[in-house]
Amino acid sequence: MATVIKMPKLGFDMAEGLLVRWVKGVGDSVQKGEVLAEIETDKATIEVESEAGGIVHKHLVPEHTSVPVGAPIAVIGEPGEQVDATELVGQVPGRAAVAKPAATSTEKVAAVVSAGDGDGHLPGGVRASPVARRLAAEGGINLRDLAGSGPQGRIVKRDVQARLGAAGTAVAQRVFETERVPLSKLRATIGRRMTASKQQVPHFYVSADLDAGPLMALRRDLNSRLPEDSKFSVNDFLVKAAALALREFPNLNSALEGDQIVRHGEINIGVAVALEEGLLTVVLRGADRTPLRQLSSELRELVGRARAGRVRPADIEGSTFTVSNLGMFQVDHFLAIINPPEAAILAVGSVREEPVVQAGAIVPGTRLQVTLSADHRVTDGAEAARWLQVFRSYTEAPVHLLV
Amino acid sequence: MPEITIREAISQALWEEMERDSRVIILGEEVGLWGGTYAVTRGFYDHFGPERVRDTPIAEGVIVGAANGAAMAGLRPVAELMTINFAFLAMDQIVNGAAKIHYMFGGQFRVPVVIRAVGGGGRQLGATHSQTPDAVFAHFPGLKVVAPGTPHDAKGLLKAAIRTDDPVMFIEHATLYQAKGEVPEGDYVEPIGVAKVQRQGSDVTLITYSKMLQLSMLAAEQLAAEGVQAEIIDLRSLRPLDMGPAVASVKKTNRAVVVEEGWRSFGVGAEVASRLSEEAFDYLDAPVKRVAQEEVPLPYNRELEQQALPQVDDILKAVREVL
Repeated sequence: MATVIKMPKLGFDMAEGLLVRWVKGVGDSVQKGEVLAEIETDKATIEVESEAGGIVHKHLVPEHTSVPVGAPIAVIGEPGEQVDATELVGQVPGRAAVAKPAATSTEKVAAVVSAGDGDGHLPGGVRASPVARRLAAEGGINLRDLAGSGPQGRIVKRDVQARLGAAGTAVAQRVFETERVPLSKLRATIGRRMTASKQQVPHFYVSADLDAGPLMALRRDLNSRLPEDSKFSVNDFLVKAAALALREFPNLNSALEGDQIVRHGEINIGVAVALEEGLLTVVLRGADRTPLRQLSSELRELVGRARAGRVRPADIEGSTFTVSNLGMFQVDHFLAIINPPEAAILAVGSVREEPVVQAGAIVPGTRLQVTLSADHRVTDGAEAARWLQVFRSYTEAPVHLLV
Repeated sequence: MPEITIREAISQALWEEMERDSRVIILGEEVGLWGGTYAVTRGFYDHFGPERVRDTPIAEGVIVGAANGAAMAGLRPVAELMTINFAFLAMDQIVNGAAKIHYMFGGQFRVPVVIRAVGGGGRQLGATHSQTPDAVFAHFPGLKVVAPGTPHDAKGLLKAAIRTDDPVMFIEHATLYQAKGEVPEGDYVEPIGVAKVQRQGSDVTLITYSKMLQLSMLAAEQLAAEGVQAEIIDLRSLRPLDMGPAVASVKKTNRAVVVEEGWRSFGVGAEVASRLSEEAFDYLDAPVKRVAQEEVPLPYNRELEQQALPQVDDILKAVREVL
């Protein structure tokens, strides 16, 4: 029995995905769970896994096509099976989505309409000449970042050359000139979501100054026994501590939906990763239940994939609480914006050596400041402060994170 | 180098080939005593005699059929068709005869015939005598189709046509006989199936041949005054079609306009544009434009006829659309 693979919904606000590359060609055999295609969403390039095993009978869309969520993209069947793709696709409930993509914002609708040419789809969603496409690909330029000066707004060679030339001379001559850079898809998404969060979520902030001495000592001790490629980062401990603290405060591991607070049954910690294109959050599932060493290696893999631009859907979806760490940049402390629909986010500064008063004496200390931003519709300052107390108890007695 | 007309260049090629090779003969309507409708063979009858310069009945099927037979029997006939419009009367002899015999007889016979045919519009000869059906003949494998646009190429290519063992449609443009150009004295041959860069440029590629080469050169001069350098590729031969120089040029200019006198649909421009999309797709910065004849039987009225035929302004307009 043949299976129709549809454009997956890889984010709660995803309306369409750009099919960048078919990993499995027509006629290739594919296992269930094997990577079938690469899709670029607002956030990242994501590997789509096949929902079924068998032979790829047909690609229903070419590469570099924007496809609405739920629209059929491929047919997987048994070897030797006769597949009538038209008939199959006709039965797919999501078919209606092809004609009218379910968009969540007017901006998206506009993008879909302008990208398509009547009923057709422009390759990559942009009108560009072949030579412009080639030069952009060679120069590592995203055509979506360019404005076309040709007929019907077509991006032509001179547009790409102007961008290539601008990039080249800016570095070579260090001439700083005013320039207008169109928002990338990721930047636009971050902007839209953070604006919505700041406008709609009443944030409040609770900070704490922690003794990081025991944690740093434990880390030093553990890392001295570990090979270079599997040493713990400070963040590994903090993520684990946050996850364990959340077990006791389900309100902070929740989402507000209408007049209900959804307290998640899982603790999935999003870890913010700074990429050149913008911020991406990778997700550690069940972080409270994951042993620290495993958590550390999973996080290393997730960050590696994010930096390589090859995240999978599960890598960036479903976080219930986020940890954002700017410690590597010598930051004392900062305030983070909540990553909707989550209820809270923890901002982590740098570990600092500084004088501390202890039993009436000034002694050298190792300190760490954290700030919790929380949604006042879901929780209050007192609860946030109590959460920080528990978080402190874990980080200041970090051996508890190992058991 | 002396400047001569295309008429003189063709005449010289025929004369020199007949002097060089006694198997070369000429046959056609009024080619002998009268010296040719376009005066190409004036003086030939007296010099080479009625055996080698033969006047025929007004029957094109007979002209080409007799030429095919003579070619199969060992001669190298040059058949003249007064206009290419009359070639339709000889279509069976050209398409099912000349183009097929070598193939269908397993190579036992060759048909080294040259069919000189005069085409093109612009002389108020009416719809049936003004056509440019070059693409029709280029459609058939087995034929070579040559259409020179300069005196130099007219002489060199006609000599090549006479010397090749394959049947050649040699298409002359009725309004080009007086066109002048430098032609080397003495014997030389231009290869069939090799396109030629007639003008160097960097901004846009004009791909053309025959009469439209002359118009394209005029358009290029106007464009140069505006700071646009057009490169002109002269196909010279439609079959075999040499796309090499056109592809190389488009890789440089990223823009192409095909200029032909025939009708747009299913024409030379359609073929060239298609080949460019296959062979230079990643280098195109604009759709390939075609300049061609309006899709109507060519009007007799002078104004309408000129409007229907491609003009320099049409070339300029198309170039501006792709720049």
